[in-house]
Amino acid sequence: MLAVSLPAILSHWRRHPIQLAMLLLGLCLATALWSAVQAINGEARASYARAAAVLAQDSLTQIVHADGDLIDQTVFARLRTSGWLVTPVVNGELRLGGTRYRLIGVDPVSLPPEARMIGLPEPGNGFTAFISPPWQFLAHPETATRVTGLTGSPIVASSSLMPGTLVTDIGHAQKLLGLEGSISRLIEWKEQPAGRKPLAQVAPGLVERAPGTSSDISRLTDSFHLNLTAFGFLSFAVGLFIVHAAVGLAFEQRRITFRTMRALGLPAIHLIGALMIEALLLSVVAGLAGVALGYGVAAVLLPDVAATLKGLYGAEVPGGLTVRPAVWAAGLAIAAGGTLFSTSGYLVRTWQQPLMNAARPLAWIEAHVRSIRYQAVAGISMLVVAAAMAWLATGLAAGFIMIGLLFLGAAFALPLALSSALKLGTRLARAPLTQWFWADARQQLPGLSLALMALLLALATNIGVGTMVSSFRQTFVGWLDQRLASELYVTARTEAEAQRIAAFLKDRADAVLPIWHVEGTAAGQPVEIYGVADQRTYRDNWPIIEAVPGVWDEVAAGRGLLVNEQLWRRRRLALGQSLLLPRGLSLPVAGVYSDYGNPIGQVIISNDQLTDHFPEVQRLRYGVRIAPALADGLADALRDRFGLPRENVVSQASIKAFSLGVFDRTFTVTAALNILTLGVATIAMFANLLTLANMRLPSVAPVWAMGVRLKTLAWLDLTRGLMLAVLTMVAAIPLGIALSWALLAIVNVEAFGWRLPLHLFPWDWLRLAIMAVTAALAAAALPSWSLAHTPPARLTKVFAHER
Amino acid sequence: MLLKLNEVTKTFATREGPLEVLRGVSLSLNAGETMALTGESGSGKSTLLHLVAGLDKPDNGSIEIDGQDITRLGDGELAVLRRETVGLVFQQFNLIPSLDAESNLAFQARLAGRHDPQWTARLAELLGLKAYLKHYPEQLSGGQQQRVAIGRTLAARPRLVLADEPTGNLDEAAGDAALDLMLALASEAGSALLMVTHSSRLAARLQCHVHLHAGRVAPC
Repeated sequence: MLAVSLPAILSHWRRHPIQLAMLLLGLCLATALWSAVQAINGEARASYARAAAVLAQDSLTQIVHADGDLIDQTVFARLRTSGWLVTPVVNGELRLGGTRYRLIGVDPVSLPPEARMIGLPEPGNGFTAFISPPWQFLAHPETATRVTGLTGSPIVASSSLMPGTLVTDIGHAQKLLGLEGSISRLIEWKEQPAGRKPLAQVAPGLVERAPGTSSDISRLTDSFHLNLTAFGFLSFAVGLFIVHAAVGLAFEQRRITFRTMRALGLPAIHLIGALMIEALLLSVVAGLAGVALGYGVAAVLLPDVAATLKGLYGAEVPGGLTVRPAVWAAGLAIAAGGTLFSTSGYLVRTWQQPLMNAARPLAWIEAHVRSIRYQAVAGISMLVVAAAMAWLATGLAAGFIMIGLLFLGAAFALPLALSSALKLGTRLARAPLTQWFWADARQQLPGLSLALMALLLALATNIGVGTMVSSFRQTFVGWLDQRLASELYVTARTEAEAQRIAAFLKDRADAVLPIWHVEGTAAGQPVEIYGVADQRTYRDNWPIIEAVPGVWDEVAAGRGLLVNEQLWRRRRLALGQSLLLPRGLSLPVAGVYSDYGNPIGQVIISNDQLTDHFPEVQRLRYGVRIAPALADGLADALRDRFGLPRENVVSQASIKAFSLGVFDRTFTVTAALNILTLGVATIAMFANLLTLANMRLPSVAPVWAMGVRLKTLAWLDLTRGLMLAVLTMVAAIPLGIALSWALLAIVNVEAFGWRLPLHLFPWDWLRLAIMAVTAALAAAALPSWSLAHTPPARLTKVFAHER
Repeated sequence: MLLKLNEVTKTFATREGPLEVLRGVSLSLNAGETMALTGESGSGKSTLLHLVAGLDKPDNGSIEIDGQDITRLGDGELAVLRRETVGLVFQQFNLIPSLDAESNLAFQARLAGRHDPQWTARLAELLGLKAYLKHYPEQLSGGQQQRVAIGRTLAARPRLVLADEPTGNLDEAAGDAALDLMLALASEAGSALLMVTHSSRLAARLQCHVHLHAGRVAPC
């Protein structure tokens, strides 16, 4: 029976190729954007896993200082003689050619087998070259290309390393990092001999850290990838609107066919089975095309995503994509799932349809008309719950659920809102054609409501994300002006050179401000600890959010510290609360400052305290205050006098421009996804209008017959499309503002730890309205043109006899 | 002479080849007269009506309304013709579903700029629609919808009413009643009537009778 019924069912698409194209296109686009996001996320997560696997950090226990401090090198010898099988590791940052790289120093002799990397020499096989001058560096092939010639040592490419990481002998690394006699951590071998002395006895102050299930970078970037996934899901949902509309029309057009087939003896279960097979076949075709297209989109977006991750989190992700079977499988699964979801309602209706049903025109549109009210009630309920969650709920997941409810609620309420607006238009209209225009638009609304809901979501996302980004940019620019108060930033190559530079600048600059820091742990989190001189520059410019009175006096006197907003929020610190830093330094929190773009905590103490407690701090960097007009001259003088490379003497303007460049690039991905989602919504409108064009004829033909030109009716059709787009845009503005508030006040704070003020940009809305109108024009142009050129014979068929 | 057709032909292109529907039809109708157009299914009755209404153009021949050859008119002029001179009553009623009965009644007259509220109100009363003016088409019975369709056409006082099987979807009693109304009101409005019908009984009630057979006028 399937061999007979399935071809009969599929024959519908031969006669309606445009409808088929719309359905496949919608599903393909929806799957493509979803798959692109999954491919990007998959690539990034694979990189994090590889990074975590360096030195087998994801599977071997490590020994670290309880305070996050450095470990004396002699501890290694004590542990070994006490029976511990451990290997020392040193890590830090190395500047080469103006770029910071992660440097890891290892002892290849004591390294456990699991931690050995590709390229690391074995004893007797290039071993000596690694552990003695001129030394060797292992690096990812991309990194090896960039640093060749900069280190003075040969570079060996190793694909088991992440980009941006260099590995060398531990002794060489200690010298490069100025950490002679110290190590960062020890890695334990998996198998340890029994009967060894307890760690606390051999090395008090050290603790064991078990391998984590996810790396630090993976946890840090979770919210970014969740954002991308949410975007991908939104795009998929918008695409499903196209699918739902096309599937619904196909079901309606074949309703009588289904009834006939059943009347001829085909069991209902066979009919449903054939329809499900049809849905799966369509989803496989569209799904395959969608995933392939998704890889193309991902390949275009990945470089910007990689730049974003590096800028925001310091995460290194290669710029190339790997084809993963999991992405293909997930893409096909979601295409099939989405198609079945779109089809399920119609399958149920087909199953329930009585065999001898009186002919009722446009049954599915009538069903929409009935459901508009129920939908609106559900929508308003969701909006109320979303509002309650905004006040009461906390956490990132709650934030996204709130946004989901906000969007769904608004989408459900849209058709009733539009219907009410059109009803008002009908009442106010005077001329007969105008009255007909408004009334007919209301009549057509159920058929267009899905496309308009998709348009609403796309427009609101554009407004919301755009407002968030613009607010961020506006705040960021102001913040940069405050943080980058010095006119020049100088980095010496050695401490001796730094002292000579400081002496040179003493009589040539208004102030020379040390910018020195160490890394450690505070409140259980990794932090940067900066020292600050007692100088007007900081008192006048630093972006303080909240502080005790006389905050700078407290810090200068060593009676308090400042924390960045991220650390303050994540650890729920309060002013006056004591914070324990490494080496037993405990100070009360005197103030909080904004620190956008920094994924980790930061603490500021007086420079004297920094050098007292951390004498090993690298003293290479200075901010220089000078009259702006003299900055360039002083920069040239420094380069000439000390032979400093260009990137070691940087002006404030250059850093600002670079920072803004990174900022703008960071949001390129969201801008691209915004445009793509709006494009999918436009196609949804176009698909709806095109497939509904035939069903317009019974509404249009009588008016034409009464003496209104087809061209006039076509212009009215076009105007109707534009009007509905404008009304949807008006509804999208408050929804978009609500979204941007949610992103700034909840999601940003939970994900990144900083809160930004909400600014409104009405000119951006106007630009978007023009885009929306253009999109509606593009969607409505062909159906309107088609109407204007409808042959009279087709129109008169509407008046044909039916016996 | 209000309406004059002279050797009108019309052919449609189909998958099976050209289909000649009208093969040189000639007829005439004076102002205020009523004429029945009969013929078996496929004889070209509806096609002829559509050509007279300016909904389509003949391949050959001429159609004159009030002395003007409408086959030479452009799209805009044909629209004016349908608004101001000709009124169509369809078998399927073809009311505008988004407007209530009152708005449907007044629609064509308002389009033509000839809306007379008193005349429309009188039509509504005579057609028995007074209690249903705020109802939408889907809320009316077939008979009521047909009466709205008749009222809509006559409200504009066209010179020529073209009715395509206006009683085809009604039972005999309702059909007779609808025809009685249409004849009386057309006479009151001063409109001529050209009506397509299958029923020889109804055809006999009109002043003239033309029978189409295989696209040609045959003897009645």
